Amino acid sequence: MRHILSVLLENESGALARVVGLFAQRGYNIDSLTVAATEDPTISRLTLVTRGDDQVIEQITKQLHKLIEVVKLADLSESAHIERELMMVKVKTTAEQREEVKRCADIFRGQIIDITANTYTIQVVGTSDKLEAFIQALNGTQILETVRSGVSGISRGERTLSL
Amino acid sequence: MTSQNTQPELLSGGAMLIRALADEGVEYVYGYPGGAVLHIYDAMFQQHQVKHVLVRHEQAATHMADAYARASGKAGVVLVTSGPGATNAVTGIATAYMDSIPMVVICGQVMSHLIGDDAFQETDMLGISRPIVKHNMSVRRPEDIPYLVKKAFYIAQSGRPGPVVLDIPKDMTIPSQKFPYEYPKDIKLRSYNPNAKGHPGQIKKALTTLLAAKKPVLYSGGGVILGQASEELTTLARKLNIPVTNTLMGLGAYPASDPQFIGMLGMHGSYEANQVMHNADVIFAVGARFDDRVTNATKKFCPNATIIHIDIDPASISKTVNAHIPIVGLVKPVLQEMLQQLEKNQGQLDQQALGHWWQQIQQWREVHGGRYEQSAAHLKPQAVIEAVHRHTKGDAYVTSDVGQHQMFAAQYYKFDKPNRWINSGGLGTMGFGLPAAMGVKLHYPEAEVVCVTGEGSIQMNIQELSTCKQYGLNVKIINLNNGYLGMVKQWQDMNYDSRYSSSYMDSLPDFVKLAEAYGHVGIRVTKAEELEPALERAFALKDKLVFLDIHVDPTEHVYPMQIPGGAMNEMFLSKTERT
Repeated sequence: MRHILSVLLENESGALARVVGLFAQRGYNIDSLTVAATEDPTISRLTLVTRGDDQVIEQITKQLHKLIEVVKLADLSESAHIERELMMVKVKTTAEQREEVKRCADIFRGQIIDITANTYTIQVVGTSDKLEAFIQALNGTQILETVRSGVSGISRGERTLSL
Repeated sequence: MTSQNTQPELLSGGAMLIRALADEGVEYVYGYPGGAVLHIYDAMFQQHQVKHVLVRHEQAATHMADAYARASGKAGVVLVTSGPGATNAVTGIATAYMDSIPMVVICGQVMSHLIGDDAFQETDMLGISRPIVKHNMSVRRPEDIPYLVKKAFYIAQSGRPGPVVLDIPKDMTIPSQKFPYEYPKDIKLRSYNPNAKGHPGQIKKALTTLLAAKKPVLYSGGGVILGQASEELTTLARKLNIPVTNTLMGLGAYPASDPQFIGMLGMHGSYEANQVMHNADVIFAVGARFDDRVTNATKKFCPNATIIHIDIDPASISKTVNAHIPIVGLVKPVLQEMLQQLEKNQGQLDQQALGHWWQQIQQWREVHGGRYEQSAAHLKPQAVIEAVHRHTKGDAYVTSDVGQHQMFAAQYYKFDKPNRWINSGGLGTMGFGLPAAMGVKLHYPEAEVVCVTGEGSIQMNIQELSTCKQYGLNVKIINLNNGYLGMVKQWQDMNYDSRYSSSYMDSLPDFVKLAEAYGHVGIRVTKAEELEPALERAFALKDKLVFLDIHVDPTEHVYPMQIPGGAMNEMFLSKTERT
């Protein structure tokens, strides 16, 4: 099963390497990983998407907790949460395709953030499923490049992950 | 007005490091100098509180520190230079990590401005050691050194102990750059706060389950020794009159000569211990981690047992075998709480059921009973260990290397006290035994320290015979010489039709002459009748290192041996018998 883990980490050099190393050493999967400092510059927040049965996920969270620099962590998938991912797609657009691609972007609430005579660069934000659906919808258009931010997540309601 | 003596003293980074070690109560540092640590070595030279032991290879320094920690419970300290000094220490760090041994390893590093340039003797020690340490840190500012030393010891020694590496670039220790020195009294980390006490509700539940058992067993491991909880464990086991088995790492936590002790369990465990485990209805696991060398096939592991598991590391609970009643906490306070609760409710096990259980155990004891083949032609390694036990009155510190001799020592040297059996259980590091014996002997010069080894393992760190001479470390080396890498050969006998691929040690040195060349005493034993007088002489030579090169039966195997892929109680009992 897919799980989204949110980890508060001391913002120190080497801390991220420890998290990534743990997954490599113990043979766990990483589907995506994002990390940046929080409003408190001494703390980074990392969102990690992984897969595994309950026993594997339990081991992953326990092993993460053991890392000295991990301050707190939560499995967002255990309760109501919001997840978002940002994608930028650069597509080749012939004169006759431009309207169609624009319409498609609109349907997905995407924005065209850069244009040239022959290309559009489109930004789409949403769940990972939505981004994949957008790529499917571009069927017939030549994709030159895609870049995805990886998933960020936060729990719904008043529940927070903070110090 | 503040008087002058309350002003913190100004010290260089190197001097602060050594002073911090002294303030931490460190008596010995094991190491090897080199370019990146010259400032530190110079600071070491100018004081007398912390003493340095110069080994002949950095791996030995780590094993000495490790064994000191195993015998004393306090972190051992290693000092090595950058590059090859640090990489040579890697095996020893991994050895300590696998057995949860507290250790602080100080590694030199090239100057900060050279890091990343592939400078001379530069290696990314933080990167290399990351998977084999509890934590590692680098010094960025010399004034942080006292805090980082405190932090290193705190992390190494608290919770589930482990090695901590402190990487120090050379420019952090420049003698002319001085900073006010103050050693922190204690330390708090927001991200690390090991839970020591254990949940009282879980402890109550565990006790109720244990008291309702008809076929209980207490299975204890290295955590009891690390947690200094041998006394509590013994008291509880005796109060309940339940059988006790120890893991390889836990030997000595419960006295082997006690009638409730049923021997070591696992791959080369006793027949009765493995039977008791397999047939138990409640397994009370204390500071043990259900290692694959204990459980055999986990799918077939102890099918009828309710498992209670005390461990300080939550990640060790339900990792390989599901625990029904987990208790996260240090073994000592948890057992104390359990004893108190037991005192209060005056609970007892069903005595009739327990009686039947002990009758059954008695029958299992008679099946194998640690017997081994006798031979007229050869000296038996098991007999040597039994003789060593007699000559040391069962009271020696015994270190071992890895292989058949290690298993024979574990099976036949009956340890009655904790911290006496010192071996590399998790990593299985050949070359551990001699430096380990040295680390113990240095701190306990009056104690009898015996290194049980083989002709394969001893050659992995034999250069340390020179260190032994320099520091007068008069250990006794029992070299069970069978001319083969015995455990490899045993597996080749059992699984590869005796094709001895690279397991024969040709061109062995004359160990007697070798010991003499290093300035020690060497004695060769080739016949059974020579053993007693040789041991007599060796242990009488108190102020000499004696190397006993004892030629033993090259065909011997270690039994019992669990059948791979089977349940706990499926074992080979000899070359011709199996369950």
